[in-house]
Amino acid sequence: MATTIAPQRTASPRVRRTSQAGQLGRWILIAIAVITQVTPFYLALTTAFKPITDTTSLWLPPLNGGTLDNFATAWDSGHLDWALENGLIVTVVSTALTCIVGAMAAYPLARRSTKLNRFVSLAILGMLMVPPLSILVPLYTMLAQLGLLNTYVSLILVLTTLQLPLAVFLFTQFMRTLPLSLEEAAAIDGAGLTTTFLRIVLPSLKPVFATVVILTSTNVWNEFAMSSYILNKAEVRTLAPAAASFFGTQGNNVGAAAAAALIGLLPILIAYLFLQKYFVKGALAGAEK
Amino acid sequence: MNLMYVPAIAMVAIFMLYPLVQGIGLAFTNWDGYSPTKAFVGLDNFARLFTDATFQTALVNTLIYGIGCTVLQQVLGLGLAVALDGAGRSKAFARALIYLPVLVSPVVMTMMYYFLFQYDRGALNDILVSVGFDRIAWLSTGPGTVTIVVLINTLQFVGISMVIYLAGLQGIGQEITEAAEVDGARGLRLFRSITLPLLRPAIISSVIINLIGGLKLYDVIQVLTAGGPGYSSHSVSTLIARSYFGQQAAGYASAMGVALFVLIAVVSIFLVARMDRTGKDL
Repeated sequence: MATTIAPQRTASPRVRRTSQAGQLGRWILIAIAVITQVTPFYLALTTAFKPITDTTSLWLPPLNGGTLDNFATAWDSGHLDWALENGLIVTVVSTALTCIVGAMAAYPLARRSTKLNRFVSLAILGMLMVPPLSILVPLYTMLAQLGLLNTYVSLILVLTTLQLPLAVFLFTQFMRTLPLSLEEAAAIDGAGLTTTFLRIVLPSLKPVFATVVILTSTNVWNEFAMSSYILNKAEVRTLAPAAASFFGTQGNNVGAAAAAALIGLLPILIAYLFLQKYFVKGALAGAEK
Repeated sequence: MNLMYVPAIAMVAIFMLYPLVQGIGLAFTNWDGYSPTKAFVGLDNFARLFTDATFQTALVNTLIYGIGCTVLQQVLGLGLAVALDGAGRSKAFARALIYLPVLVSPVVMTMMYYFLFQYDRGALNDILVSVGFDRIAWLSTGPGTVTIVVLINTLQFVGISMVIYLAGLQGIGQEITEAAEVDGARGLRLFRSITLPLLRPAIISSVIINLIGGLKLYDVIQVLTAGGPGYSSHSVSTLIARSYFGQQAAGYASAMGVALFVLIAVVSIFLVARMDRTGKDL
């Protein structure tokens, strides 16, 4: 957890000159910020582990060590086992598809800067401005007419498409930084386009793959609007909609809702613990558009 | 070689461009979302946008969500970046915790914040009661709910601004700061005349991300009160879904979709153009 979240530099003379009172003030502010950010997680924990009979304040830990009943309720009646499985399928396939289609598209866009290709790049990036809800009506109608509602395929294609603009942009930017010499050498050796792309280009994309995989998989795993309309049956529902439905229909059972929320964020939490620096690199890469 | 982007273009064309264009077409009809027939109604739906009090509320809320979150996120994000810039395990730990909510689903984040703001067992009301005040029904009024939505979205994504500003601060070389200090610039003056102007690219990219995110806002509102009480906390996004699925007003919902797209496109293009200019200035 103590790995760095930004490149470091040694303490500057400016910092050393700052007064003791200034330092104290700074750390008080930091403490307030950290407590504010951790509070919702803490309240979800106490809510989730308290039985309905435990009506003490949510600020206090549960009496007698708490209960796992809420987790059992969330798991069974909320069908979170299904939701986790569905979420995993949709996330893995969408992420893989985004990487493949995105990296393929980026190659000509990075290597052949024709007028057409510059226009294609700009048009794809421009899609980031389309709010998903503004295309909801025609998209939903189209999927309904094709009989594709409540199928993984439809959500995977829609979410992959929504992730593509950023992925194509990140791949293109990165490919432009790669030296041409390897690809030229491969061409001289008689390697075709496919071989060059698979053997030379793809392997050198590892760093940007890490960024795209993390950005795409968290976005897809957390996605709510499209997921809740396209996959609305309990059998195929993904995690965010499953957790949210718990909240609405069984609004009085906040304990189970909290348990559902915690189960939903656990996979992300574990990934963050181990891959923190990639997560932050992803956020920064996304910011440079 | 250009064939390699055909799959990507095909997907974008089928699942984004086609619905976008079709949505513009539907916006000129009175379609209910399921009948085989629909009539062309011209600009009626767009005219209705100007008289519909519900849409106006949603539009104002959308602007509040967009601008309110963006302003708060810049102030807090920059403050946190300045406070947490530099080496040290405790700073790294604080940065990691402040950034954490960025990765959580907005749905889950909102559910967790509900435990703070709920009436009966709400953690905030527990504090009020313990110091002798009455409970407050935080989510019972429009302005209250809108404020809480702004707060939740701001705090969830303040980590993005913080990280962008941290990277920006790292980019300002030690030499520049020290040169300014030799010239006698200290504290706030140093920050205002040296640090802040040099952070301009960071400020603009952070503003673009936060503003577009805020103007698109859907999840938090939908989960917290589904636009309630009444229609008072709807954003344009949540109102589109409500009009389509709840009121079978597919044509009208499409018109709202077009309006939202135009709003976001205009704002984005304006900001990106400013960013390009900044690039040339430097």
